Amino acid sequence: MHRLVHAMSAPPANATFHARTTVNGVAAICDPLGGLYLTESGTLVVSDLHLEKGSAFARRGMMLPPYDTLATLRILEAVIARHDPRTVISLGDNFHDRKGSVAMPETFRQMIAAMARGRDWIWINGNHDPDGAWGLPGASMDELRHAGLVFRHEPSRIEAEGEIAGHLHPSATVRRRERSVRRACFATDGKRLLMPAFGVTTGGLDLRHRAMSGLFDHGKLVAHMLGRNRIYSVRYDNLIG
Amino acid sequence: MPESDALTLPAPFLRWFAEKGWRPRAHQVELLSRAEAGESTLLIAPTGAGKTLAGFLPSLVTLTRRGKIPPGSPFIGIHTLYISPLKALAVDIERNLMKPVAEMGLPVRIENRTGDTPQGKRQRQKLNPPDILLTTPEQLALLIADGEAERFFKDLRYVVLDELHSLVTSKRGHLLSLGLARLRRLAPELQTIGLSATVAEPMDLQRWLVAQTEERQYHAGLITVSGGAKPEISILRTDEQVPWAGHSARYAIVDIYAAIKDHGTTLLFVNTRSQAEMLFQELWKINDDNLPIALHHGSLDVAQRRKVEAAMSENRLRAVVATSTLDLGIDWGDVDLVVHVGAPKGASRLAQRIGRANHRMDEPSRAILVPANRFEVMECQAALDANYIGAQDTPPVGRGALDVLAQHVLGIACAKPFDAVELHREITSAAPYADLSWETFERIVDFVATGGYALRTYERYARIRKTKDGLWRVSNPMVAQQYRLNVGTIVESPMLNVRMVKRNARGSLGRGGMTLGKVEEYFLEMLSPGDTFLFSGKVVRFEGIRENECLVSQAFSFDPKVPTYAGGKFPLSTYLAAQVRKMLADPARRASLPDQVRDWLALQKDVSMLPRADELLIETFPRGSRHYMVIYAFEGRLAHQTLGMLLTRRLDRAGLKPLGFVATDYSLAVWALDDLSSAFRARRPSLAQLFDEDMLGDDLEVWLNESFLLKRTFRNCAVIAGLIDQRHPGKEKTGRQITVSADLIYDVLRAHEPDHILLEATRSDAATGLLDIGRLGSMLKRIKGHITHRRLDHISPLAIPVMLEIGKEVIHGEAHDFLLTEAADDLLNEAMGAGHDG
Repeated sequence: MHRLVHAMSAPPANATFHARTTVNGVAAICDPLGGLYLTESGTLVVSDLHLEKGSAFARRGMMLPPYDTLATLRILEAVIARHDPRTVISLGDNFHDRKGSVAMPETFRQMIAAMARGRDWIWINGNHDPDGAWGLPGASMDELRHAGLVFRHEPSRIEAEGEIAGHLHPSATVRRRERSVRRACFATDGKRLLMPAFGVTTGGLDLRHRAMSGLFDHGKLVAHMLGRNRIYSVRYDNLIG
Repeated sequence: MPESDALTLPAPFLRWFAEKGWRPRAHQVELLSRAEAGESTLLIAPTGAGKTLAGFLPSLVTLTRRGKIPPGSPFIGIHTLYISPLKALAVDIERNLMKPVAEMGLPVRIENRTGDTPQGKRQRQKLNPPDILLTTPEQLALLIADGEAERFFKDLRYVVLDELHSLVTSKRGHLLSLGLARLRRLAPELQTIGLSATVAEPMDLQRWLVAQTEERQYHAGLITVSGGAKPEISILRTDEQVPWAGHSARYAIVDIYAAIKDHGTTLLFVNTRSQAEMLFQELWKINDDNLPIALHHGSLDVAQRRKVEAAMSENRLRAVVATSTLDLGIDWGDVDLVVHVGAPKGASRLAQRIGRANHRMDEPSRAILVPANRFEVMECQAALDANYIGAQDTPPVGRGALDVLAQHVLGIACAKPFDAVELHREITSAAPYADLSWETFERIVDFVATGGYALRTYERYARIRKTKDGLWRVSNPMVAQQYRLNVGTIVESPMLNVRMVKRNARGSLGRGGMTLGKVEEYFLEMLSPGDTFLFSGKVVRFEGIRENECLVSQAFSFDPKVPTYAGGKFPLSTYLAAQVRKMLADPARRASLPDQVRDWLALQKDVSMLPRADELLIETFPRGSRHYMVIYAFEGRLAHQTLGMLLTRRLDRAGLKPLGFVATDYSLAVWALDDLSSAFRARRPSLAQLFDEDMLGDDLEVWLNESFLLKRTFRNCAVIAGLIDQRHPGKEKTGRQITVSADLIYDVLRAHEPDHILLEATRSDAATGLLDIGRLGSMLKRIKGHITHRRLDHISPLAIPVMLEIGKEVIHGEAHDFLLTEAADDLLNEAMGAGHDG
């Protein structure tokens, strides 16, 4: 959990290496903390926060550590502080289940409220939390068109151009000297971009998995993998999985 | 027959013995009379000594005297519980026990209950229990967690524990000891009978068998049967060159094949599944006579294993290549030779395996040891000496694990509400938990209830709750259901089915070939499509992963990558390690070694030196552009790996630019860019500083926290303790899903609550398990003031084996990001069409 350690030790912003990319002609920065920053419009995108995942499991008898929400929000604070965006878009599966946003403790609400102060905040609805966010600043919606792009939780099978989506938790694997390294990644072929999952207890799905097929032009697809404090950009053909 | 036998044994027994022309053996009668006097007893006897019958005799005699239960009698619970470490053994014993019981016409009902027992039969067993129930530790845990446990066990008189030596040393043993403590509570009169092969410390087992109290230690009685005929063991003498390194023993194939031809049935033992695959393959390559030679290891498909077992018991096979799946006391046809390929790693393990040949006590077993490399020649010699001397090096029982305790506490709550003070007293009556403090126990109860977090947000979701009457009870029936699905201490590494597929004419993969068995996912992560490996006796080509299956096709390659399996390698036992050190130091013992090995050691003596038994030899020398340090510690691979991790950290801090290390059972090689020889001479740092015991302090802590070994250990603890489900009602999780989430949970927990009880349990597991910190600690103590440094101009003969491992072994570290950098840097030029570092 390099992101977690990284965000908690509050590193200087200039020590990190982002990757620049464009989606449908719109310039964007892939931040190793897991956020996508659109420079022209001042928009920060994060996806699949899965807040209150621990308590969702606890409700069903598995007492996972109750610290995931706090950890995820700390990273979110760090990435917001770094870019100071005008707009924040959380791209769905903001909460691990429907009950999450209602059950979330007050302290976390206040943290989110403080982050949202002075900015526009959009909650895109996901399949885990289709009913929107309860009792939090910002607007809930299924889809948003903004800054020349379209933001939705699940990637569309019909419209790829300019789409920023989440849902699939993309990860990628490279192999060197008999060892392989797997990391969450931003995946883009220049037309569409798939966001890495932001929540600290979210797993990943390999870019080469069947569920990803048909989404990208593999010839142009690049995985921007999240490293300790930089992004590693690797072309699809050089991935294994 | 002595008079005492006639007094103790009922008529049908005496008749049966007389008809067979046998007489009860002294230890059988002795065990019976002690049992009848109310004593719990440990019986230590070699294979073939009639242990099983001895263990059951007290039950059979009592049940015969009791006679048939008239219909319409009130409910009677089981009389005797037999517990074995293997399902197969429980089934096997049923067969072996039924025979004399039927021949004597005893009014005794015997049944087994394993994971394979159909639901209907299990249900019936609860309503109408047999007299003797044969089962496994996991099934016992389930029975104890049942609401009917009290009724089922109230009449229990005897618990017979088979192969006790192998049961007690693991977490399974810890769970079993807790189960036994519960049984003693349900049936205070019960007595235990432990059956065991020879062990180093019988008293550990004797204590394990009976209840302990805070005031004093109690122990069961002991009956020892001394070991039959001495086995005839030899080390393979060969004209071939024994290799410097490696584990394949390929050089000896022709000699091994000749030995198979000379004997009726041969059992070939190896240490890992990959070695089994390799040996099997090599034997078939030269099997010109088409001898029926089979393969048996835990990754193979169950159906295939059963086929081999059946063929074996019908004496249709000439040889079986096997791993530890065949270690335990199952009866196998007429084996007249055991070949042990690779070093046995422990003297007791060797004795056990050799016991497989010839199940008659009075005839000597025959065995041949085949060392795979030159160090193993010494190790085999040491093991061989030990077997004659009778030295034993079984691992200690160990302290009761906390994750196991958590599982047990939940199980107890599922059966019936419990009082915490009483339960604590009950648990500390189990020897492994005798010193469990009340505070730790309370933390475990808290963990079971709500996860035991400092942040108390889960009270409303608690799995167990303390109610007004002061008793802890489960919150809802779902908890018990979940518990039942997750019981046990064996956490499988994530495994995938291996399926053989064919490519069709268009080159795409077909569906639905035959399943060959299972392979660990960790292994597959190292493979790329097109790589070949040995599996199930075939060379196969890795095609890819589809859903939860690993697809392979027939390969025509002769140089496969051999599967490596995580759990397969035993580290060298401390006992044998000490023997090998003595052998190096003692000219007389060296003289008994084969010429090749003797010459090698003589050469070492000329070029460098042979260390004394209490001395740690360290050699440094340059080679190519690097500087090497080889440490001859003889403490086993796990401890060496840990040492390697810690030394590289220290060398790094000293600015010597270490690049890597590789560990074998015997030595450790570390290499660096800087000149280590002159650095040590200039005492920056001195070797004494470098090897100071404080290495196990901060350095260890820092490294541990990042170590993937610790994550793996955590995953096991989390599953056993019930934090993560291994299985979930309705939906099976795949191994990968568990792995991923366990790693993430570990990170979150470490960041926010580093003192959490499960992290504590993980660290203490790691200390004895994968990291062997305990052993490293005693080594650092031992070598203090005994380090001898030899500065050489080039590699020494003794260093050759470990140097040959470089490049073969993959070093696990935390170089992940480094690798990523390299991969990215290599590939960035082509990849960066899409833009790069901002």
